Amino acid sequence: MSRRRDSAPNLELAEHAISGKLHWFDVDRRGFLKLLGGGGLLVFLQASGSPGQESGRSRGDREPPREISAWLHIGEDGRITVFTGKVEMGQNIRTSLAQQVAEELRVSVDAITCVMGDTDRVPWDAGTFGSRTTPTMGRELRTMAAAAREQLIDLAAERWGVERAALAAGGGRITEGAGRRTLAYGDLTRGQKLIRAVAAEPAVTPAGQWKVAGTAVPKVDGRDFVTGRHVYTSDLVRPGMLHGKVLRPAAFGATLAALDSGAAERLPGVRIIRDGDFVGIVASDAWTAQRALAALDAKWNVSPQPSHQEFFDSLKKGETPGDRGNAQVTGSVEEALASADVKLARTYTVEYIAHAPLETRAAVAEWSGEKLTVWTGTQRPFSVRDELAEAFRISPEKVRVQVPDTGSAYGGKHAGDAAIEAARLARSAGKPVKLVWTREEEFTWAYFRPAGVIEVSSGARRDGTVTAWEFHNYNSGPAAIATPYAVANQKIQFHPARSPLRQGSYRGLAATANHFARETHMDELAAAIGIDPLELRLRNLADPRLRMVFHAAAEKFGWGKQKAAAGRGFGIAGGVEKGGYVATCAEVEIEGSSRRPRLRRVVEAFECGAVVNPGGLRNQVEGAVVQAIGGALFEAVRFENGRIVNPRFSGYRVPRIGDVPPIEVVILDRRDLPSAGAGETPIVGLAPAVGNAIFAATGVRLRGLPLAPDGIPDSTKNA
Amino acid sequence: MAELSLTVNGKTRRVEAPPEESLLSVLRDRLELTGTKYGCGEGQCGACTVLLDGRPARSCRTEVSEAVGRKITTIEGLSPEGRLHPVQAAFLETEAFQCGYCTPGMIVSAAGLLAANPNPDREAIVRHLTGNVCRCGTYPRILTAVQRAAARITKSR
Repeated sequence: MSRRRDSAPNLELAEHAISGKLHWFDVDRRGFLKLLGGGGLLVFLQASGSPGQESGRSRGDREPPREISAWLHIGEDGRITVFTGKVEMGQNIRTSLAQQVAEELRVSVDAITCVMGDTDRVPWDAGTFGSRTTPTMGRELRTMAAAAREQLIDLAAERWGVERAALAAGGGRITEGAGRRTLAYGDLTRGQKLIRAVAAEPAVTPAGQWKVAGTAVPKVDGRDFVTGRHVYTSDLVRPGMLHGKVLRPAAFGATLAALDSGAAERLPGVRIIRDGDFVGIVASDAWTAQRALAALDAKWNVSPQPSHQEFFDSLKKGETPGDRGNAQVTGSVEEALASADVKLARTYTVEYIAHAPLETRAAVAEWSGEKLTVWTGTQRPFSVRDELAEAFRISPEKVRVQVPDTGSAYGGKHAGDAAIEAARLARSAGKPVKLVWTREEEFTWAYFRPAGVIEVSSGARRDGTVTAWEFHNYNSGPAAIATPYAVANQKIQFHPARSPLRQGSYRGLAATANHFARETHMDELAAAIGIDPLELRLRNLADPRLRMVFHAAAEKFGWGKQKAAAGRGFGIAGGVEKGGYVATCAEVEIEGSSRRPRLRRVVEAFECGAVVNPGGLRNQVEGAVVQAIGGALFEAVRFENGRIVNPRFSGYRVPRIGDVPPIEVVILDRRDLPSAGAGETPIVGLAPAVGNAIFAATGVRLRGLPLAPDGIPDSTKNA
Repeated sequence: MAELSLTVNGKTRRVEAPPEESLLSVLRDRLELTGTKYGCGEGQCGACTVLLDGRPARSCRTEVSEAVGRKITTIEGLSPEGRLHPVQAAFLETEAFQCGYCTPGMIVSAAGLLAANPNPDREAIVRHLTGNVCRCGTYPRILTAVQRAAARITKSR
């Protein structure tokens, strides 16, 4: 088994390359419908213009067609079941997707069950990331549900021999006229096996008429979370299950030189499993497995590895030349700079940070002959299935991945490491194995949000019109790299680089880094010109939706009504990404002796089209602001010669309850616009707003994230 | 290995375990009380919080032998016969969770606070919950939920 460190894909980029429609299978011949069992009505959405032929590549009989994103089943008992490859990890889609189906089928949310993230039971899905669930899966499910409703009306019309115009759906029944006749959905589908492929999109209910969608429906299984009854991957128990541990190298890139496992093997019920440099342990209980791991005496060959010091320089030097040349250029930055009244050139940096999901990576793996079942918390069940198939050289249809609703991910659970490790142990043990990563493993062997260096040069006229904008991002990523401001002359470029640490997706991707650099720089321009920071933004902003959130945040915050004083300041920042528009205002106070910034108040305005669940959305926006506090003020992964120096919560400070100021969220519900996702973009505004507030309070301009882990330098009046 | 007798959620439970094994590990892996969570193993995140004789304790840093003879309350013990503890009810009403993984530890921690101090001010709640991490960032709701539970407990006395 390879360790896959060197060859790990750049997940940040991989996320942008969501697999397209690769295969088409004839639904009727494939027999995957058998999975549903029984009768009833099955509806799925079929992409229009599908080629309607099989690809030459052979896949198993149970492999569903990839054009079909989800399907929806109405059973003979009237129960409505949605099958989707999306997974729930706290973002509340188990509820919000059910709401959208309930809306179209005219039933209450509790009539709906969502089967999610089980590769044997749901259609292929690229994964749950990129804020795609609401705009894509939500829309498709609404379409399917609307088609199902129309089909049920057809069935009733046929049965009663009446015009369908006289019939209506509501409360899980089709009713004729003023209640003359009525039939429950289950009664209509009983004894039938109806399959409806929806090719054209039936009319879905406009958001303006929503009754179930658009309301703050509580989390459907909320009670299980407050009672401790919800079963996460790490809570699962299988018959005969053993507990696993994996021996980790002393440093990145280290290879095993020698291993003495005698002491560990003498512990009762312990077995050592070795496969090249992979060394694992299984034991009948987790405690013994842990003791056995500690009893292993391993010697490692360690090669020199990059260290934290000076790594920003190395990122720039490590640029991979082959990837250059993707600059987006408009006009001439050089000419515009030459004639600008005000010119600025600044460099911003962003450290590696860790997702630190509270549920660490975990997996339970069980072999039954050549068939492998793995339960694991991942955002990409189908790609983890494929990773497993590749690792064990079996076909994907021999692998079933199931994702219990997961203890958060934030972009950090794309890869299948824990799943592969558990499966490797289970294969040798001949029994199911549970593997739960420790916090230290999570901090060391997962991947990080990319660090980055961002160089910005700009030019502006005295009246505040920005005329030149040049922006280079090294390594951290291209998300939201384009400026939303209407600047005539631009050059914008992302430069991929060799990262010293394994890096990948993190909530919002590089949108946080790029917004930090851009919105800090806009603030610097405002200061250089001597114009209010909000005014500068509005002067250069044409996008009406972005203008609207800036106005909304500023109004709620009372922007401009209070003057910054020594040790107290206000900052504003905003932007647009993935269809979400955000503006954030922050009030910061500098604590006297420690010179640490304390957040006193945050106002965030957010607009993502028609809101599906205002309660859940508010929760997401608040949560994003809170999570952003860590990356803005104090989170940083420190590393030294291939080791993470602070792989524990005692050394890696995450936001705690006392760090959180009152947060006021302004939601702009645009029922006239399509719904966009909201899991990510609300995180991007806080860091620059806080940095700008610190500048207003102190005159000190901070250009690196985290801004002030050790307080604000007193003397550096560098702006 | 030793045969230990524990009082968990009002019941006597006998368990074979090394005396130095963590209470968290015994609860989760030997007694199948998985509501109590592992988060860090160093007492920094609070996901493993249980009550020992009514006071919050980090079960990941408590050896099981230390818990012998004391009343252990886990999240599963807060709602006997399915009636939610006021803190659980308030968390549910205010949706003071997203992924829910920190929630049992948060609730048990807060229940311990309110048992000792039914009417804490904001500062006291913040101080008490500073050792409980919620990575989803639901702290504002958690604060509201604990205040709401406190108000109800005070009113019902």
